[in-house]
Amino acid sequence: MFDRRLVTNLDWGFVGLILLTASIGIVNLYSATSGWDSSSPPLYIKQCLWLGVGVLVMAAVAMFNSRHLLHLGPGAYAVCTAVLIAVFILGETNMGATRWLDVGLFNLQPSEIMKPVIVIVLAQYFSRHERQDGHSLRDLIVPGITLLIPTALIIKQPDLGTGMMLLFIGATMALFSGIRPKTLAFISSACVTLAAGGWFLLHEYQRARIRTFLNPEHDPLGSGYHIIQSKIAIGSGGFWGKGFMQGSQSQLSFLPERHTDFVFSVFAEEWGMFGALILLALYVLIIFRGILVAHKAANNFGMYLTIGATSIIFWHAIVNLCMVMGLLPVVGVPLPLFSYGGTNMVTTMVAAGMILNVSMRRFML
Amino acid sequence: MPLHAPLPDDEHRKRTFEWLLFVVAIFFLLIVARLWYLQVIKAEHFELLAQRNRTRYLPIAAPRGIIFDRNGEILVGNRPSFSVSVLRQDVTDKTALIEDIARILACDAEEIEKNWDKYKYFPQYLPIPLKIGITRDQVEQLSENSMYLPGMIIETKPVRSYPSGSAGAHIFGHVGLISAEELALRQGDSNYRAGDLIGKGGLEKHLNSTLRGTDGQLLVEVDVKGKLLRQRVKRQPTPGQNLVLTLDKNLQQCAQRELDGMAGAAVVLDVATGQILALASSPTYEPDIFTNGISTSAWSELLNNPRAPLQNRAVSGQYPPGSTFKPIIALLAASHPELSHVQQPIFCEGKTRIGNRDFRCWKRSGHGSVDLNKAMRESCDVWFYHMSMRLDIDRIATMARNMGLGRGYNLPLDGEREGLIPERAWKRGRFNESWYMGETAITGIGQGYVLTTPLQLALMTATIANGGTLYKPQILKKVTSHTGGKDAEVKAEVLHHNSIPAVAIAAVKASLEAVVHDPRGTGTTCRIEGLRLAGKTGTAQVVRLADEDEKGITKEEIAYRHRDHALFIAYAPADNPEIAIAVIIEHGEYASKTAIPVTRALLLEYFSTKESDEATEK
Repeated sequence: MFDRRLVTNLDWGFVGLILLTASIGIVNLYSATSGWDSSSPPLYIKQCLWLGVGVLVMAAVAMFNSRHLLHLGPGAYAVCTAVLIAVFILGETNMGATRWLDVGLFNLQPSEIMKPVIVIVLAQYFSRHERQDGHSLRDLIVPGITLLIPTALIIKQPDLGTGMMLLFIGATMALFSGIRPKTLAFISSACVTLAAGGWFLLHEYQRARIRTFLNPEHDPLGSGYHIIQSKIAIGSGGFWGKGFMQGSQSQLSFLPERHTDFVFSVFAEEWGMFGALILLALYVLIIFRGILVAHKAANNFGMYLTIGATSIIFWHAIVNLCMVMGLLPVVGVPLPLFSYGGTNMVTTMVAAGMILNVSMRRFML
Repeated sequence: MPLHAPLPDDEHRKRTFEWLLFVVAIFFLLIVARLWYLQVIKAEHFELLAQRNRTRYLPIAAPRGIIFDRNGEILVGNRPSFSVSVLRQDVTDKTALIEDIARILACDAEEIEKNWDKYKYFPQYLPIPLKIGITRDQVEQLSENSMYLPGMIIETKPVRSYPSGSAGAHIFGHVGLISAEELALRQGDSNYRAGDLIGKGGLEKHLNSTLRGTDGQLLVEVDVKGKLLRQRVKRQPTPGQNLVLTLDKNLQQCAQRELDGMAGAAVVLDVATGQILALASSPTYEPDIFTNGISTSAWSELLNNPRAPLQNRAVSGQYPPGSTFKPIIALLAASHPELSHVQQPIFCEGKTRIGNRDFRCWKRSGHGSVDLNKAMRESCDVWFYHMSMRLDIDRIATMARNMGLGRGYNLPLDGEREGLIPERAWKRGRFNESWYMGETAITGIGQGYVLTTPLQLALMTATIANGGTLYKPQILKKVTSHTGGKDAEVKAEVLHHNSIPAVAIAAVKASLEAVVHDPRGTGTTCRIEGLRLAGKTGTAQVVRLADEDEKGITKEEIAYRHRDHALFIAYAPADNPEIAIAVIIEHGEYASKTAIPVTRALLLEYFSTKESDEATEK
């Protein structure tokens, strides 16, 4: 099944952007965790290994014929949903959330795998059900249910961040495929109503996060602490930053979760707005590249697949950045290619692999 | 399977893609705007918050100034006090650490754990003391094992050391933790904080601001959990200024040693300057007991001791001077022959009648014909009764004050008292009664209302010795500065110059010399070969105790309390005086039994040291 054209058509520019961003991420991780001497090997080394794994995953996904992906979709969805139900029933409690499933070698986060799977399944549906005048509510029942079952399971875990991510990704694909204005208005008002009602279904800590987001100074040493410290880190960086390894907020470990969710704060403190703008430019380039690939996709499935994959990276980046800058509540969404963590790296690389896959085959019919 | 090409409506799709790019751009522009707000507009604000976030300032205790004697010998110094402390962030196993430390220190593990828990709410970046005041050997043992005791640190802080032990404890006083009241008194003075050491008595208290340096500042960087990350010295502590006292360490120790076992005081003065060479009070206490905080039981024992070891009797003990007051009458009499008719002897038959009452001489059989010299030498009371009445109480009182009695000197010492020199106006004000002749007579032998402190008696003796100049007594010779500034030398200060006719002073001095050197003198036991001395014995009658005062005390104690106080004043050498001495022994019965041996030892100490000094100079 190997086709030499794949190598010649490989989007080296895109691969370069991904690797560059991930490398900066590792350098930043080196600084963020330099004060830690406990874990061996150090986290940045582990992240290098995860990048290696990610590259392999990306290559595998890119080589894989998207036609097979198409057929794999429903099966993968069924398995993932089953696993989510399993987690729901017997999952390991980790930091108050039953997100992880121990599969021997490492803990598996089934909700993460659900992200690319939902993209495949929805791409499959929308590519087959194209409407010139946009989808009606009835058209959206099947993808809606497909999306809402795992979302509900994930939010119930409780992992609000990942659940919201799944919703955002699905909504992006639906919006892209086109929705009738009337239907859109109805769904929007329904969402607002549900959100109001959903407040009472949220866990206490989730409510606290939203409350402290609205007024972080209210409880500066409690749950508002993360946001305040992150803002201090970013703000005190100024335009030119404090320099590599010089961020007092980061180096003195005032920043919570500075190797995962708040890794951008470390970067912004040490490299300032100047560095942050360069990093943002890299993300913009990756996402624009994805949209461009979708535009030039050889077929509708490839187009939707790319839109979904790109939206994974986009929403993670935007939500994480808004979160650390105090524009959104702290919901635990990592920054793609930057935050430490194997799951995040693999998910991002799967998405990148999908974009590469479609881009390599844009001339094949 | 319809894997068809994009729908024919390319225009519509193209618009969708344009929208997509637009929305993505909008989101990122929002992020950029937020970054601009945080990192450019609000940068200074957050920079300030970041600064405040990570730094704490801790004081570094400045060592207190050292107290030297006149010859540069250390009287009160500083020594390092070691304590074993724990920096909790580095501890891996609390129980094991406590057990190991307890084993090395050979103490109870529970005690250490109790200390640990006491500081539970202490900030993380501060080490908590587990045991203070450990020995050097223990420090060594702990240090050797420090590899196996993660979190354990040895802390060193300067504490007071007293090379001369209990000698002079009353003068130096001690330091202790500042109390809430003391802190409130210094409100607004940023140099004083809770937990500071402050002088609690004596020189430490009265010259606290001189002795106390300026604390340094340690800049400590900590993280969010308060864990210590690094620290650097922001400002070095400035040690306090040193004091050089007028005391002579050897003389002071000698006085303390000689007074041991008795209650009393001894003062040695330099007659030419008023400098205090020794100022001892007995019983005394070990100043060391305050170093690491005194226990409540030890403190109450000191407070409730009937002999009052905390009292500095040399300046706060007020005693009737007894016969040691007589030189003042003799001097007045010799200076005012027109009033006293001092040339005519007085016949002592053992008593004299004043008004309708007999006033006895201590010698019941009488002294016979008595002149000034004999009166002084043999301490004839009758002679002094008559002289006092001829001279009048107000004149006596003025002279007494001019000779150093009945006044305060504002020394930097605890509880200095003024004593009491009675006169007509005083009695009128105090009792609203007129003065009786008999009271003048009794004042003339140093009884009645008269009260003096040992220091005042020494000053009086020095004033006689130097021919009438009353110097302000000095304990402080100079204050030396660490910062290289000029030393502040304390100069001799004349308080009063008595113009006493030369014949008068010569007559009194001759009589004082006769006290020691005439075979009939009362102070012959003080004689030292090769040294011409002048002195005067005294016995102060103790007021009879009221019955209720005698309840609950032993027979021996009652007997002790009924005994007279013994006094002796002296100066030497008689022909060219250098030092003046006053010794009071409470319930010491009579001078030659208790007060004279102390005086003699002090004279021996002073002159033998001086001789050996001169010998080495040659």
